Order: sequence, then C-alpha cells, then structure tokens
Amino acid sequence: MLNPNLKLNQKLFEADVEVKPTRAGYGEGLLVLGEKNPNVVALCADLTESTYAHLFAEKFPERFFQVGVAEQNMAAIAAGLAVSGKTAFISSYATFSPGKNWETIRTTIVYNQTNVKIAGHHAGIMTGPDGATHQATEDIASVRSWPNVKILIPCDSVESKKATIAAGETYGPFYLRYSRDKTPIMTTDQTPFEIGKIQTFWITEKPVTTILAMGYMLHYALLAAKELEAEGIQVLVTNVSTIKPLDGKTILSLAKQTGAFVTVEDHQVMGGLGGTIAEFCAKNIPTPMEFIGLQDTFAESGKPKELVEKYGMGKDSIKEAVKKVIKRKNSKS
Amino acid sequence: MPQELNKEKLKDLKRKANKIRQLIIEMLTEAGSGHPGGSLGMTDIFTALYFHILKHNPKNPSWADRDRLVLSNGHICPVQYTAMALNGYFPLEELKTLRKINSRLQGHPHCGSLPGIETTSGPLGEGLSQAIGIALAGRLDKNPYYVYCLTSDGEHEEGNTWEAAMFAAKYKLNNLIQVIDRNYIQIDGSTEDVMPLDPLKEKYESFNWNVIEIDGNDIEDFIETVGKAKSMKNNKPTIIIADTVPGKGVSFMENDYHWHGKPPSIEDAKKALIELRDEEKKLNA
Repeated sequence: MLNPNLKLNQKLFEADVEVKPTRAGYGEGLLVLGEKNPNVVALCADLTESTYAHLFAEKFPERFFQVGVAEQNMAAIAAGLAVSGKTAFISSYATFSPGKNWETIRTTIVYNQTNVKIAGHHAGIMTGPDGATHQATEDIASVRSWPNVKILIPCDSVESKKATIAAGETYGPFYLRYSRDKTPIMTTDQTPFEIGKIQTFWITEKPVTTILAMGYMLHYALLAAKELEAEGIQVLVTNVSTIKPLDGKTILSLAKQTGAFVTVEDHQVMGGLGGTIAEFCAKNIPTPMEFIGLQDTFAESGKPKELVEKYGMGKDSIKEAVKKVIKRKNSKS
Repeated sequence: MPQELNKEKLKDLKRKANKIRQLIIEMLTEAGSGHPGGSLGMTDIFTALYFHILKHNPKNPSWADRDRLVLSNGHICPVQYTAMALNGYFPLEELKTLRKINSRLQGHPHCGSLPGIETTSGPLGEGLSQAIGIALAGRLDKNPYYVYCLTSDGEHEEGNTWEAAMFAAKYKLNNLIQVIDRNYIQIDGSTEDVMPLDPLKEKYESFNWNVIEIDGNDIEDFIETVGKAKSMKNNKPTIIIADTVPGKGVSFMENDYHWHGKPPSIEDAKKALIELRDEEKKLNA
C-alpha cells in the first residue's frame, strides 16, 4: 500500500492521474525563490520557455540574463555572480549544461564552491522525439564524482517545486535534474521533502526486495509493485530524490530488511543511481542487485513511453528484475 | 585611494616592479615548475594595478567596495602572488611555498585557498565570463567598483572568450576593463603560427568594445590608459591591448616562447638575478 505517512496522491494508480512535467515545478520554484530573496538571479542559454525559466524572467527582468547559445559562458558568468553574493540558477538542457560546459562548471562553480544551481532539463529518454542528441543519459555519472556537489532528481512536478526551493535555500553547488514530458503526479503539497532523504512510497508487511527508483521512473516502479503484490510478491518502493549526499543510513536498513535491490532510473546504469547504490553496498553491505536503465547504449527518437518499453525500463521489465533478484538472493543463502 | 602619479611615485613603481621580478625568479626556482614568461611580462601592469590603480584593502580582502582583479590566465599567478605579498596580503616568506604541499599558493590560483584571489583560474577562457558575472553583480547592487580582467592572447583561441566578449557588449558593461597580455607566445610557439589572432583591435571593435593599444611594459602609459578607459562614457566595455615582452627584464628569457612554462634552473636564476640587480642599482642611482 501507499505509505500513509507521506500523504501521497491517492489517485496515482488511476488512468486519469494528473500529469505535469518536472520542469514546470522548476519554473514555479524559481519564481517563489525570486519573490523571497532579491539576491536570486537566473540565466538561460536560449531555452527560457522550454526550461520554464520564463516565469522568473517575466517577473524579474533585471535579475534575468539571456546568455544566448553559450553554455560555458552561462556557467562562468553565474560563478562570477555567485562569488559576489548572488544565488544563481542556470538553465539549459542537461546534454549542454552540465554536458558541454562540464569543465567550466567543475572549475568555476564546484571547485570554487560557489552558490550556483545547475538545472539540467530534458534529462533521460523521456525527452523522446528529439533523439539521443538531446537525451541526457550520462549526466549524473559525469557530475557525481565532483566533490561537495549536491544532486537532486525530483520524481514529479510537485516535488520538483519543493526541491528547487530547497536547493535555492541551501548554500553551495547543486545539480538539479528535470525531464521534459508530462509525468504522473505522485506526491501532494503535504508530502514532506528533505534533501538527502530516501522515502519509502510503497510499503508491504514482509518485503523481500526493495525497488530504489529515481525521478519519474518511480511511477513505473509503483505500478510494478502493485502488480507484484497481487502475484504474492511483496516489495518496498523508495524514492531516491537525492543521489548525493546519499542517504546511506536508509539504504543500510533497507538492505538489512529486504536483502535485495532493484534500481530504476532513466539514465545509463553505469555511474547513475544503480552505480551509486552498488558502490555503497559493496563497501557496507553486499546485496544482490538488478539494474533497470539504459544498458550501455544510446536511445533514439520516439514517443517517451515507446522508448521506455523498447529499452527495457517499463513496468514489466521491473517486475522481471524483481523476480530475478529474489531468485539470486535465495540461491545465495 | 590612488595617489597622484608624480615622478617620484613612478620611480617607486619601477623599483617595485624590479623587486617583483626578482621575487618571481626566486619563487619559480624554488618551486621547480611554473610560468616565468608571462609573469615577468605582466609585472609592470600588476605593479601599476596593485600599487596605484586598485581600490583595495590588503587587511580586509573581502571589503565589499573593493575593485575586483580577475586573473583569467591563471598560470601567471606568480606575479599576482608577489604583488599581493608586497602589498601585505600575506607574509613574503610564504612565496617560497608556491606549488608545494599544504600551501595557500596553488599552482593555479584557487579562490577558496587564498583571501584576495577573486576567482579560480587556470583552465583558459573562463575568466572574462566570471569577471562579467562580478560586473553584473556590482550593477545590481549599485556598487561602483571596477572589474579588471586580465587575459592572455593564447586564451583567445577558446570560444568561451568570444561568448563573453559578445555578452559584455550586449549588457553595456562599462564597469569592466579587460587587459589582454598581447605577448605573441603560447606553449607551442608563436600565437600567429598556432592560431592567428590579428587583427585583434579590429576584432574587438567589431564586437562593440572600446579598444586601446599600449606598450604593456610602460607603467605610466598603462596608468594613464586606465584613467582614460574609466572616463569613457559610451556604455561599452573597454579592452586595453597591452603589448608586452614575455620574460621582460631577463635578457635570455625575453621573447623566447620556451620560457612560457619552464622554471629557471639554479644557474639560470643566478644569471637572471645579476641582470635584475644591475637594473635595481640603476633605478636607485
């Protein structure tokens, strides 16, 4: 059942569940921050509406800077604003920022420990018809090894707004990951959000594995868990909305409680959520794992839902992975 | 506040530049690696900035109203470190820790390590953008400080520099003064062989900047030019193209690109210091 303590959207399993892109929550959160703090500034590289930064730009034109198609310039200008006391948000597609401007961010934002928030939009294959050039599927892997950066991946537009605000109110560099397509709303305004906290969305009495999901893929994981329960397989489903710093305490207790993990992400399985959890487990509590995500391949153009199925990341693939990891767990003992 | 530039003051600045050059040779020899060419070439400009032009307070490096000096080509930090130490930002003895473990004087400057360093640099082409961010913040905060951004000609091969040049003109950043070290050398040789940059003046003019060309080893000329740049009222950023001699002051290093990133040996240092001390005697005469 859905965890009652989290006050989740009770309609989330229904066919007519409200859908909205997480990037919309970014725009709404940024607007709130702009109203609360006159030192919040925003920059964009010619993708203002697409990244929903236009909400801020229209309200605070003097604090918004249109950089043009120049992601390196955007990152370093933001760093300059931030060393001068501003909280700077930079918005573009994740393939370009933090993709194209990776080293600029590393040097001027992360090594400098400046108060810049890198909003990477159109992350994952959910970007759909634009094709693999615009589907950032290595972004987390490429930024996760930066020291002292925080990485948030909101699961829906409601959490997205909260995560954006939380990032804006916490000093230091952040990477924030948003997706393009409309995805189901799973949380409510009442659902608590905390940076660095893994939340269990789906609870059962005797879970035999935990599905750790990231971003909108959490919805696929919940659909899988519900069907598995009907088949007599009990699992937990958790929302890993912060990849860094990782909530090791919760992972440890989940590993002890369920003894097996399936990670679910719209990202390469290397270096993203799966890689992060695997590193933690190898060091602290070796646990059989299966990895749902892109398996060392680029995707292609197509409708987001078609791509999710073609690349083995949908509900049925998750169910299979759960059954497989349970088998592995049982054969081990 | 900057004093008037009289003959005595100018002579004093020249003595300081000579002292800085001696210290650069000593610290690079001690470090065993680093970049003498650009450091010596830009010594006159750094001297003018730190001892005459900048509004700053070495005892309070984060003073909100200070002018900002952003060094984009971070590899010439030995000259900045030396000018800072002589200003009292930190003890002179600390210069000997350059590039060594547990030092605040990183091989390329890191703003988190040493108070007074505004930005981190070394990877080329990023300084002008950061200077722009600082200039934008000054405008938002209605703080009339100036941002001096020192760049190199080699780093104008980075596309980021031109992205920044377009932006500064678009936003009419007249609180930003760029000083480019036009010394015609980079690691692989002459800039014009590696990737021709001329005609640089025309390039910047077409990017809607004010452009002033000077002899970058003439302290007096540089100080007057900065004054002129500040008095421009046309809402454009200004670039001072400073023609400098790389390795300036040490005859065997001058204009030889091999000294871009090679430290002097102990023998080299001895020879260099003999020349610089001769110059010092002449200045004191």
